[in-house]
Amino acid sequence: MKVPVSWLKDYIKEPFEINDLVCRLTMAGTEVASVIDMAQSWEGVCVGQVSQVNPHPNADRLRLVTVDSGLEKHEVVCGADNVAAGQKIAFAEVGARLIDGYTGDITTLKQAKIRGVVSCGMVCSEKELGLSDEHEGILVLPADAPLGMPLKEYMGETVLDLDVTPNRPDILSVTGVAREVAALLRTSAMVPEPDFKGEGSSILDEVTVEIKAPDLCPRYSASLIKGVTIGESPDWLKKRLLNAGVRPISNVVDATNYVMLEYGQPLHAFDFDKIAGAKIIVNRARDGSKFTTLDEVERELTGEMLMICDAGTQIAIAGVMGGFNSEISQNTTSVLLESASFNPASIHYTGSRLGLSSAASQRFERGLSPFLTLPALKKATSLILEVAGGVACRGLIDEAPGLKPHPGIEVDISRVNALLGTEYSRDTITRALELIECEIGPGGHSGQLKVVPPYWRSDINLEADVIEEVARIEGYENIPMTMLSKSIPQQTPDPMLGFKRKLLESMTGLGFQEILNWSMTNKTALGRALNQAQLEVEPLHLKKPMTTEQECLRTSLRPGLLASLASNRRFEEGAMKLFEAGAVYLPAQEGLPQEPWMLAGILCSSQVKEHWDEEPEQADFFTAKGMVEALLDLLGVKPFFEPGSDNGFKSGNQAEVIVDGERVGIIGEVHNRVARAFDIDEPVFMFEINATRLMPLTVRDKKFKPIPRYPSVVRDIAIVVDASITNRQVLDVIAEFPLVVKTGIFDVYTGKHIPEGKKSMAYRLTFQSDKKTLTDEAVDRVLNQVLRRLEDRLGAVLRR
Amino acid sequence: MNEQINELKKEALDSLASVANRAELDAWRVRYLGKKSRLQAILKSLSSLPVEQRKTIGAETNRLKNELENLLKEKEAAFEEASSRAQSSRDALDVTLPGRPSTLGRLHPVTRVLQELQEIFASMGFEVVEGPEVEWDYYNFEALNIPKEHPARDSMQTFWVDAPSGDDDREMLLRTHTSPMQIRVMEKQEPPLRIIVPGRVFRYEATDATHIPMFHQVEGLAVDKGITMADLKGTLYEFSRRFFGPERRVRFRCDFFPFVEPGVEMAVECAVCKGKGCRLCGQSGWIEILGAGMVHPRVLEAGGIDPQVYSGFAFGMGIERIPLLRYSIDDIRLFYSSDLRFLRQF
Repeated sequence: MKVPVSWLKDYIKEPFEINDLVCRLTMAGTEVASVIDMAQSWEGVCVGQVSQVNPHPNADRLRLVTVDSGLEKHEVVCGADNVAAGQKIAFAEVGARLIDGYTGDITTLKQAKIRGVVSCGMVCSEKELGLSDEHEGILVLPADAPLGMPLKEYMGETVLDLDVTPNRPDILSVTGVAREVAALLRTSAMVPEPDFKGEGSSILDEVTVEIKAPDLCPRYSASLIKGVTIGESPDWLKKRLLNAGVRPISNVVDATNYVMLEYGQPLHAFDFDKIAGAKIIVNRARDGSKFTTLDEVERELTGEMLMICDAGTQIAIAGVMGGFNSEISQNTTSVLLESASFNPASIHYTGSRLGLSSAASQRFERGLSPFLTLPALKKATSLILEVAGGVACRGLIDEAPGLKPHPGIEVDISRVNALLGTEYSRDTITRALELIECEIGPGGHSGQLKVVPPYWRSDINLEADVIEEVARIEGYENIPMTMLSKSIPQQTPDPMLGFKRKLLESMTGLGFQEILNWSMTNKTALGRALNQAQLEVEPLHLKKPMTTEQECLRTSLRPGLLASLASNRRFEEGAMKLFEAGAVYLPAQEGLPQEPWMLAGILCSSQVKEHWDEEPEQADFFTAKGMVEALLDLLGVKPFFEPGSDNGFKSGNQAEVIVDGERVGIIGEVHNRVARAFDIDEPVFMFEINATRLMPLTVRDKKFKPIPRYPSVVRDIAIVVDASITNRQVLDVIAEFPLVVKTGIFDVYTGKHIPEGKKSMAYRLTFQSDKKTLTDEAVDRVLNQVLRRLEDRLGAVLRR
Repeated sequence: MNEQINELKKEALDSLASVANRAELDAWRVRYLGKKSRLQAILKSLSSLPVEQRKTIGAETNRLKNELENLLKEKEAAFEEASSRAQSSRDALDVTLPGRPSTLGRLHPVTRVLQELQEIFASMGFEVVEGPEVEWDYYNFEALNIPKEHPARDSMQTFWVDAPSGDDDREMLLRTHTSPMQIRVMEKQEPPLRIIVPGRVFRYEATDATHIPMFHQVEGLAVDKGITMADLKGTLYEFSRRFFGPERRVRFRCDFFPFVEPGVEMAVECAVCKGKGCRLCGQSGWIEILGAGMVHPRVLEAGGIDPQVYSGFAFGMGIERIPLLRYSIDDIRLFYSSDLRFLRQF
C-alpha cells in the first residue's frame, strides 16, 4: 500500500517526523518497506511554459519547442504529440537528474544534437519523472502552476510504502493508515462524514437489487448518477492517484479508485444503460459458464463463484473484476455505483481459481466490514458529481441481509496483564483502546470492560485481539522480559534423537562429510539407482511439481548420494566419503506415508597419489564393511552379514546387515550399470542403514564386565577347508568353547600347497578363564577339542 | 722422579690437546695409559724405590693416572656428542612435510546450527520432538487457525501431495512450517509443555539465489498456567544473547501470524552495520530472525487445551538464514548443492 504523506496530512493535523512515524508504524505491526521521495530524481526540473511549437526541419515526427522557464527561453527537441503552445509543463534543464525513459536508470541530462538541431533541455513525460510508466506523451501541468517553480516544490511528495499484514484491511486505506498513525502519535484522526445531495427521482424507483446468495453477500449498497460526462480527472485527483501508484483512467473510474484508496472499500461503476431490466441480482455463477472480464479475457466460472447479474446475464465477478459488457465507456451518461460487502473466503476462492488478484479482491479477502459500504458510497457519489458532473438520484439502495452490529467483547483487566506480564491499570488500558477508537463500556463485573471496536477494525473479535491492541499501543518495547518461572515439565525424550546424534557423530568420526539433498526427486533418478524391490514402491507424487526434476518424494537416499559423488568428482581427485541421514517417504496403504530415518554412506578411492609417503588406499567392500562394523560396535550391536541380492549392487560383492534377525541395512559395491547411469566410472561402495529399524535393537544400557584377572594364552592355528566354508561357520564352531574368549582371522590363503577347491584360514585364538590361570596342558586340551570339532563339522584339516 | 712425572703430565696434556679424532685418542690412550706406557713403567718401578719415596711417588703417579683417565672420558664424551650431533643432523625430519592424513568428516552447516539451537533451548528446559514432513492440511493449516481461503495461505505456497484424502476430506501436503507439531503435541500431552521442533519444511517457490523449495525450521512451544508475553520476550532474548552474543541488541515488534495473538517478530541488530543501516539489512539496521507470539486461543482449543486456564507462547525460525548471514553466503542454493568446495569451509 502506497500512502502519499500529503494525503495522510488531510486527516492528521498534528505535525510529525517521517522517521519517527516509520519507526512507530513498523513497531506496531505495519512494516514500512520504504519511504519513497517522489522528487528524488527532480533535481533541475521546474515548471515551464511552452511558448512556441515549430516543426523540426529534418524530422516529421519531432518538433522544436520553445520553453519559457521564467528566467530564460530554451529551444528543445520534443517527440510528443500532445505538446502545444501555452501549456504548463515540467521542464528539465541540461544537468537535471531524470529517469531514463527506456532503461529506467537515473541519468544526468546532457545537451544533445537531435537530427542536426541542438536541444537545450527536455519536456518531461510521467515516466521520466517516476510518476508512472506513461512515456507516450508529456506531462501537462495545471494552468495555474507557477512559472519557474522547482517541480519538487510544486508537486514533490513523500510516499510511504507499507507491507500490510493479512489481518488488516483497514491499512489498505489512507484513512485507516491515518487512524493508525493518529493512535500511535496519541492524537486523533479527523475523518469527515461524507454525504451527497440527491435530486429528482428516488433510486428505489429506478433500480432493484436482489441478493440471492446472502451467505456470500451480507450487504449491497448502490447509488445512481445520471448525466455524467466521462472525461479526464482534475489534476489534484490524478496527482494523488499517481503518487499512490494507481494509473488515472477516466473521471468516474478514478473517483471509485480514489475512494477505494481513501476508505479501503472497493467500488464498482456500471454503465447503467447497459444493465438489462434496471435490475441487479447477486447470485452464484452458472457452473461452467463463460464470462469476459473488463480486461477482455474470457474466463470459465464455477458454481461457487459469486456474480453480479442483471435481468438477463452476468455483468461482473463480485469483488474481483467487472465485466466487459457493463464497463464505463466514453459514451456512458448514467452510472450505477456499487458498494458491497462480500464473503472474504468466497472472494479468495474466486480470485485464486481464476488467477485474478485485483486491488478490490485483496481488500475483500481480508474481511471488510459491511459497515464500510455506506460512507464509501456517499463519498464516491459526491466525488463523481464533483469531477464528472450529473445528478444523483435521491437516496441509496441498501440491501443488508447479513448486517449485525458488533456485540462487543468482554475484556478482563486481570487477563490483559496476565497474558502480557504487565501491570497496566484500567485507565491505561481504556486510554489505549480509545486511541484506536474503540467504544469502552462497563463489563459484566467490576474487573471487566466491554469493548466495541470501530467498524473498520474487522480483525478485532476476541479478547486476545483486544489484548494485542493494548500491547501494540502501549508498545511491545514496554513489556518486561522475564524467564519462564515454572518448573521444567517432565520429559520423555524420544530415544531416536540421541541415536541420530550418535550416528552423525560417528559418521564424521569415520571421515564422512555430511551432505543434505532435496526430499524431492524424480522417477528417472530413482529408476537409475534403485533395486527391483525398491522400484516397485510407487513414490508419492506432488500434485503440481515446481519442475519435473522434483516431481515426487524420495524413497531412498541412494540417487542423491550417487549424484553428489558424481558432481563432486568433476573437480575432486582424491578419495571421497559422503553421507546423508534423513527421512525417505514410503507411501502407506492409508494415511500419511511412513518416514523411516535412513543413513547412507558412499565412498570411493583416490584417483591420484595424495600423500608424499603413502600410496592411495584402494577402497573395497571390506573398507565399507569395516566402517559399518565400527559404527554398529559403538552402538553395542552384534551384526551378522549375509550375502545380499540387491541388484543395485554387484552380485557377490554385497552383504545384508542383520541384527537380531532383522534386516537393517546393506553394504556393497555399486553395480556398474547404476554407476554408469550417474556417469561414475570407478568402483564405488555404498551402505544404507535403516536407523528407525535399528534403534530399538541397540543396547542402550550397557553393563560393565570385570577386567580379566588371570592371564590369557594365545594359540594360532591354520586349517584347510573347502572353499565354500565361510568365516562365520568356523567362528560359530569355535564359539561353542567358552574358554576361547576371542577369535580373530588373520589370513585367508589359496594357491601353492593348497589343493584345488580348498583354502587355508588362519585364526588366532585367545584362551582365558575367569577362575584360574590356564596351564599349557589345559589350553592344548581345549585346542584339540576345537580342532576335532572343526574337522567333524566342517571337514577342516589342521595345516602343518 | 717427580720431575719425570711432571714432564710426563705436561707431554700427555699437550698431546691430548692436539688429538682430533677417535683414532688419535685411542693412540693417545695406548701411549699414556696403556700397559706399555711410561706411567705403567713408573708404577712397576715403584717397588724398587725406598719406602719413603715409594709412598709419595706412588700417590703422585696415581693422581696423574686418574687425571688422565678423566680427561680421556671427557674427550671421549665430547667425540660421542659431536658424532651423534653430526648423525642426527644428517637424519633430521622435514617437519614441514604433511602428516599422514586422518580425516574427520564434517557436519552440514545447517545440521550444526540445528544442534546449537537445540542445546540452547534444551538448557532452558525445552524438549526436542520431531514430526512428520508429509502432513495433513488439518495440522498444517486448519488447526492453526488458517482456514481454507485464508489470505495467510498465500504467503505459504504449498506443495500438495497426490494422494487420497484422509478422514474429513483432509488433504495431504508437504508441511510448510514445523508448527503442525504444536497441535500434535497438545493432542497427546497435557500441559505443562515446553518443546522445540527442528525439521525440514517446504514451500512452493521457484529456486533462485534467495529462494529454495525446501529449508529447515525450528519451532518452539511453551504452554502452562500463567505464561506471559514477558516470558516470551525473556526466553527469546536469552536465546539471542547466547546464540548471537550479548552485544547484539534485540527488537520485538508487532506482527501477524494467524496462530498467535498477540503476534511478535524478533529481530537482532545487524552485525555488519551495528544497527546503522546497510545493504544487508535493507537499511533498517535490523535482521528479522523469527516470528512468535502468544498461542492463539483457537489453536489451544484445537489442541484440546482450555485457553481460559492455560496460556502459552510459540515461535518459529528459519535455519538457513543464520549461516547465510553468519558466513556472508550469497547463494542459498549452495546448502543443497552437496558441493565439497562449499561444505568443507565450515
